[in-house]
Amino acid sequence: MLVVNGLVKRFGGFTAVNNVSFKVDKGEILGLIGPNGSGKSTIFNMLSGTFPPSAGSISFEGRELAGLAPHRIINAGVGRTFQIPRPFKRLTIFENVALAGFYGQGSHSSAKAQEAAERALAMVGLPTDRTAPVDGLGAAGLKKLELAKALATAPKLLLADESLGGLDESEMDQAADMLRKIRDELGITIIWVEHIMGVLMRVVDRVMVLDHGEKIAEGLPSKVVSDPRVVEVYLGTDAHSTQAAAAAAEARR
Amino acid sequence: MTLRPTSLNLIAGLVLIALPFVYRDPYHLHILILILIWSFAYTSWAVMGRFGLVSLGHGGFMGVGAYVTVLLWNHFGLSPWLGIPIALACAGLLALVVAYPCFRFRITGHYFALVTLALSGIVLQVITATRNHTGGSLGITPERTKGSHIWALQFDDKIVWYLIALGVWAGGLLIWSWIDRSMGRYAMEAISEDEDAAAAAGVNVTAQKLRITVISALMTAMAGAIYAQYQMFISPDTVSGIGISLQMVFAAVVGGIYVALGPTVGAIITILLAEVLRIGFGTKAVGWDNLVYGVLLVVFIIFLPKGILGSLLSSISTRSKRQNG
Repeated sequence: MLVVNGLVKRFGGFTAVNNVSFKVDKGEILGLIGPNGSGKSTIFNMLSGTFPPSAGSISFEGRELAGLAPHRIINAGVGRTFQIPRPFKRLTIFENVALAGFYGQGSHSSAKAQEAAERALAMVGLPTDRTAPVDGLGAAGLKKLELAKALATAPKLLLADESLGGLDESEMDQAADMLRKIRDELGITIIWVEHIMGVLMRVVDRVMVLDHGEKIAEGLPSKVVSDPRVVEVYLGTDAHSTQAAAAAAEARR
Repeated sequence: MTLRPTSLNLIAGLVLIALPFVYRDPYHLHILILILIWSFAYTSWAVMGRFGLVSLGHGGFMGVGAYVTVLLWNHFGLSPWLGIPIALACAGLLALVVAYPCFRFRITGHYFALVTLALSGIVLQVITATRNHTGGSLGITPERTKGSHIWALQFDDKIVWYLIALGVWAGGLLIWSWIDRSMGRYAMEAISEDEDAAAAAGVNVTAQKLRITVISALMTAMAGAIYAQYQMFISPDTVSGIGISLQMVFAAVVGGIYVALGPTVGAIITILLAEVLRIGFGTKAVGWDNLVYGVLLVVFIIFLPKGILGSLLSSISTRSKRQNG
């Protein structure tokens, strides 16, 4: 469904992403991991059109997305969430999501947008009444709102950016289950960028590991966590988290 | 605040229409007409200003509306009925030319305000540089018609002008409430908070900002054209230039830019203030109103950012909530 080929992004003399190629199949959840500054967010920003790639192609269902404006990419069916939730505080929760439902689906009908908003809010478990303000939401609620906004745009591919930062353990599990539910029930393909490896490994079908802007490993979670290069660059000498991740990968089989 | 065709609005409308037939004092009618025209101009500014698009160049759009209409009439004998649409088209085009690069390359906030400030300076320069045609800083008078008053849009009867100004003002409020109830308002609110997040919701940020800017520019040019036809005299000081641009910002902010009638309240306050100073102190007070404006603007931005009407309405609504709850 998504074929990325030779993706490069340079900022001045610094190469943030260097010749990264990968594929995403319809209906899978691809995990994207790597240490800070490894180029995960840069790849996301290119996929979602925040900035154009310096080189390479992004083909989505046979259509070239590289260099398109963000709203065109959304309308082509690629939704995104932000690492730090970015709600519109002057609008209500419902209006936030209805806005995404309206413009994300090509501004056709506001009735359709409201339906989409109700479905998205119900899916993530937020109130569907029209007047609830954004102010009342905590960290977990804001993440849900972020997800609801992305879902209301009716994506075929969802780019979920580090959706678990700032949550406690049970909230993390719920959020991970939510992404899986979104895939299972709505048939939405997902690329998930995440720091917290254990939770990610439990849910994803495949993992891709980045370091210094390059792809260093790709494959099944159980294989990737035992790859020595991955252990070295991503997990470092912290053997505890390696074991935890390996255990998590083991547990899901 | 939205304007619905409630019975209250209907009654207020009828009272305003009936007013000049009952009360005919020409001076007071003149003040009312000025208040209506300027209310419309300030509303036009606030249509985009309320979304954080602070333009310091709307005098430019007003000047284009006024000067193009008058010049077409004086030099080509073209009726304002045709001249005004052409003037509006010119202002819309000017808005596109100035705003598109700003929005495309994400010039926002203070930098956008500075670009628009340059715009009103440029329009002023063009008017003074082409003084052989425009009369320069001395101003210009539309030639008195020898034929049909309707064709020339020149009326001696203040009641006619009052009704025209009332209609234009009401039209401005309708446009405001139309925007207020549309999805476009959500999009603009979202853009004013976070452009990237708005784009991620599928909003075409550049197109939405251009749309609201062009609507605002067209309305402002209309205000300029109506002002020219009513006053039968325009000069850079009265319809263009930086002074007028700043006056629009000031009056709209004082009245309140987040409520439909806020700019109207701003017009009432500023025009009454100018008149009181003019009558009370005569020529000694020339320029005092600007001094008072400046001081008040600082006070308002710090203490009453919602403006007079906005603060009043929100204090009423919190009080009624408290009583209900």
